Amino acid sequence: MRQKPLIVILALVVLVAAAIGFAVGRKSSHEPRPVAVQATTSPAIASTAEPAPAGDQIDAIRRGAPVNQEIAAPLMARVENADIKRVRAYPMQPPTIPHSIDNYQIDKNSNRCLLCHARANADKFQAPPVSVTHYMDRNDQFLATISPRRYFCNQCHVVQTDAKPLVANNFKDIDSILSEEQDKKAN
Amino acid sequence: MWPRIKRWLAALWRTIRRPSIHYSLGFLTLGGFIAGVLFWGAFNTGLELTNTEAFCTGCHEMRDNVFQELKTTIHYTNRSGVRATCPDCHVPHQWTDKIARKMQASKEVYGKIFGTVDTREKFLDHRLELAQHEWARLKANDSLECRNCHNYTSMDLTRQSTRAAEIHKRWLGSGEKTCIDCHKGIAHHLPDMTGVPQG
Repeated sequence: MRQKPLIVILALVVLVAAAIGFAVGRKSSHEPRPVAVQATTSPAIASTAEPAPAGDQIDAIRRGAPVNQEIAAPLMARVENADIKRVRAYPMQPPTIPHSIDNYQIDKNSNRCLLCHARANADKFQAPPVSVTHYMDRNDQFLATISPRRYFCNQCHVVQTDAKPLVANNFKDIDSILSEEQDKKAN
Repeated sequence: MWPRIKRWLAALWRTIRRPSIHYSLGFLTLGGFIAGVLFWGAFNTGLELTNTEAFCTGCHEMRDNVFQELKTTIHYTNRSGVRATCPDCHVPHQWTDKIARKMQASKEVYGKIFGTVDTREKFLDHRLELAQHEWARLKANDSLECRNCHNYTSMDLTRQSTRAAEIHKRWLGSGEKTCIDCHKGIAHHLPDMTGVPQG
């Protein structure tokens, strides 16, 4: 161990370098950065929706916060579980799920939705059976079981939560548009 | 070999039949009682030791497969923090049934020694068979292990969602179906269910 002093010096140098690096890193991360949180409100349904992102931000999920800032997370939304069927916004809309589906297994082994919604089980559970279109293949030929392309229910059917919409929307369904047209004509 | 065992057994039988010469009746009865208490205590302690989640998940077969699946379900984590451990559902709570189940479980020791399900692939291959054993057991005892906690007469149907209340009233209340009929896969993932009647 004739090299002992050399090793000690080397170790010291490494330690000092690490300490300097650590200190510099801490300091730079504490530097305050200019913050510009400014919400431009959309006129129509602003109160029901989250404020629109500021400036040229396009990511509504960040709710207008700069990327280098972490904001408090919004409360977790609760799934509506009232079992009351909702109206479809347009004729071909996949109906939304009026109950919670926590931990429902839908994979190649098993499909929990079909426990109640399959044609054969719907009467036992008084559940709306899966539509006939879901037993048809691309060529409109009927199959004995659910069509593989329709197997994964929550690709189209989703639960609804009580969360505030991130982006305001003024969608009107076709019925209200038609009645507005008629009102215009009448006036 | 056999004559020697026979002679030894005969000697033992003679000793047991003869009244004691050196020990008093009091010593023998009291000593027998204390020894019995000790034996019984040790036996039950050992039994309860094998009836814990720590023991069940001591094997990687259980820890890496079924225990991981349990962790995502409501029986492991929920709003009130009451949870079920492995033996709550898989071992009957009544003593005689428990002993019967424990004797059946000696096959699981055999499986462990010979590595019947010691890889994920082997486990998946056996999964349906294993699940069917549990479904059959719960079906036969009217979902006794579920009902140790979930008592139909204590269920407040008005606190359930409307569809759950309706279905419970219609099928469980009438006694036509039992818990496991609809709630297969409540605590673990289901194997390939093709051809398995559900609901």
